[in-house]
Amino acid sequence: MPAPEVFNWLRTRFFPHIWCPGCGHGIIMHSLLRALVGLDKKKSQTVIASGIGCSSRMVGYIDACTVHTTHGRSLAFATGIKLANPDLTVIDVMGDGDCAAIGGNHFIHACRRNIDITAIVMNNNIYGMTGGQISPTTPSGSWAATSPYGAIDPAFDICKLAEGAGATYVARATIANPVQAEQFIKAGISNKGFSVVEILTHCHTQFGRKNNRRTPIDNVNFFKANSVPLNKAKDMSPEELAGKIVVGEFVKKSIPEYTEQYQAMVKRVGGLKDGK
Amino acid sequence: MPDVAFWQGNEALAHGALAAGCRFFAGYPITPSTEIAEIMAEELPKINGRFIQMEDEIAGIAAAIGGSIAGRKSLTATSGPGFSLKQENLGFAYIAEIPLVVVDVMRGGPSTGLPTKAAQQDVMQARWGTHGDHGTICYAPSSVQECYEVAIKAFNAAERYRQPVLILSDEIIGHMREKVVPPKIKAKDLLERKRPVDVPEKFIPYLPDPRDDLPCMASFGDGYTWHITGLTHNEWGFPTNSPEEIEKMMKRLMRKVDRFRDDIVEYETALTDDADILVLAYGSVARTSLRAVHEARVRGIKAGFFRPVTLWPFPDRELEKLARKAKTIIVPELNCGQMVLEVERAVHGKAKIVAQNLVNGELFKPEEILSVIEEVA
Ligand SMILES: Cc1ncc(C[n+]2csc(CCOP(=O)(O)OP(=O)(O)O)c2C)c(N)n1
Ligand code: SF4
Ligand SMILES: [Mg+2]
Repeated sequence: MPAPEVFNWLRTRFFPHIWCPGCGHGIIMHSLLRALVGLDKKKSQTVIASGIGCSSRMVGYIDACTVHTTHGRSLAFATGIKLANPDLTVIDVMGDGDCAAIGGNHFIHACRRNIDITAIVMNNNIYGMTGGQISPTTPSGSWAATSPYGAIDPAFDICKLAEGAGATYVARATIANPVQAEQFIKAGISNKGFSVVEILTHCHTQFGRKNNRRTPIDNVNFFKANSVPLNKAKDMSPEELAGKIVVGEFVKKSIPEYTEQYQAMVKRVGGLKDGK
Repeated sequence: MPDVAFWQGNEALAHGALAAGCRFFAGYPITPSTEIAEIMAEELPKINGRFIQMEDEIAGIAAAIGGSIAGRKSLTATSGPGFSLKQENLGFAYIAEIPLVVVDVMRGGPSTGLPTKAAQQDVMQARWGTHGDHGTICYAPSSVQECYEVAIKAFNAAERYRQPVLILSDEIIGHMREKVVPPKIKAKDLLERKRPVDVPEKFIPYLPDPRDDLPCMASFGDGYTWHITGLTHNEWGFPTNSPEEIEKMMKRLMRKVDRFRDDIVEYETALTDDADILVLAYGSVARTSLRAVHEARVRGIKAGFFRPVTLWPFPDRELEKLARKAKTIIVPELNCGQMVLEVERAVHGKAKIVAQNLVNGELFKPEEILSVIEEVA
């Protein structure tokens, strides 16, 4: 059971939730809610946007300003909300398909703009909602509904993508370490700029079933056995790192944030007379 | 605002939007609509409004919807290929009931088509472009002055009925320069979305107000927490699979435009009282058509003119009344025959309908329309 102050952020009216029992997405929701409580956020000043997928259904269960947008487009909606009212805390939760496939363009441009939004990528390496087709983060060689002979497509590294595109906070955790996930989400929200927190999670129903990780606990054990902290990974060879999940904070930097830059421009051109 | 201006249609549209209270623009450059974005980029920061150039048109409309959710009157503007990209999120704004104005300055299609030439090929896309049933409100200005005026009407309708409202301009209207006398706008001329009266604990986001069947809208940041989704939802805004709740949502969405149809529909007529022949035209083609009708009168032909200002909802009942007297209705369009289908539906056999179509990138000449009038006279 979550702590009462965390429970208070749930719209229990809408329970039961749609997730399969044991789905990793719930662990991420709990980490996010603990982070929001820990940061003393106000529900009515907190926006959580999402795309489409099992992951994105999370926002319906959170009592905040929530918007469940279209597949892959949530960051563009969130950008509009943040720009319209920079006082709001804006978080965007999305699946790996949302983020790296259909929404890839929006993702890299949100990184580039460094707008103060925290993107939480719930990466289960598969399209959970539509029944287990490959995503851009499905490891090559995996079995999925659309890779009946094993996937030949190489996978994206979402954190590297975010770093290359200009995000100012980039971190990765797994659901096997929900406290670390919570810490990274907190750090992401506190960063004044675009933050990406990738959280490796599992879809035992669709991915696990075909790839020898049938139960939730198989997946937790897999993450535990294969996670390598960044400081340790630095001394490992690419061969040693093959198949491993490097966890930690990859980027922490401070450059001007988009809405602050925008406000400065408004001030420069004399636009601060017209109220908000 | 100047007392008199000499503007292009796109300029007038942008200034009309600003006068209507638009304080958010997100879009992506595309000919022949780009001037609207450029003017918004220049003007909005000066009044603490927001302008952002997004990575594509999908993001442009998404950000504009976001701007509206956060409480700002929002606009996006585009042309053909961009209008196609906007369709998915246009549907989101319909189902989530988010006020928004979308401008499409039409050019020739399909695909990249004719970027710098006029066409009227997006009429049916405006009505049916996004998947799923919904009511459509769409204005088609036929002068630069009217670009300014419909911008204000479109924002008012978007706020009033809580849905996206479209403006279908075209390359000729968008780029031609004319005298504009911007009407003096007072605060009472501008409509704002109804804000919730209930305290946050009691707020049910999609509970319709019994007086007008429309729910109140809180902005994110106003003190209310609520859920917005593109899934079919109940009055709590929460996804539903219940046949009763599904039907309730769909019926209310569809009722909006039907119920307020008479308030929304606009059209203009000239010389229709004794007309045997009607020329029905909209947008830039209306200009040429009116000239042809006057020429026909000079030649003793009883021609009249009918111009829908709202293409959707279409002024069908009003046209039908005139069709009882007229023998023939000529419908010149810069497409292969789109609005004419709606004319046929409205008139259902009461008059003969003649479609006149042009898709070579040129505009009609008055004598071309006149010759069709003379043929049928
Ligand atoms: C435009 C569009 N294309 C396709 C879909 C179908 N669809 C729904 S969810 C989804 C993928 C979800 O995968 P992911 O983002 O990884 O989320 P997960 O379900 O795995 O949490 C797809 C392809 C859609 N809703 N919209
Ligand atoms: S299908 Fe997979 S991602 Fe979706 S709820 Fe079930 S376990 Fe979770
Ligand atoms: Mg996934």
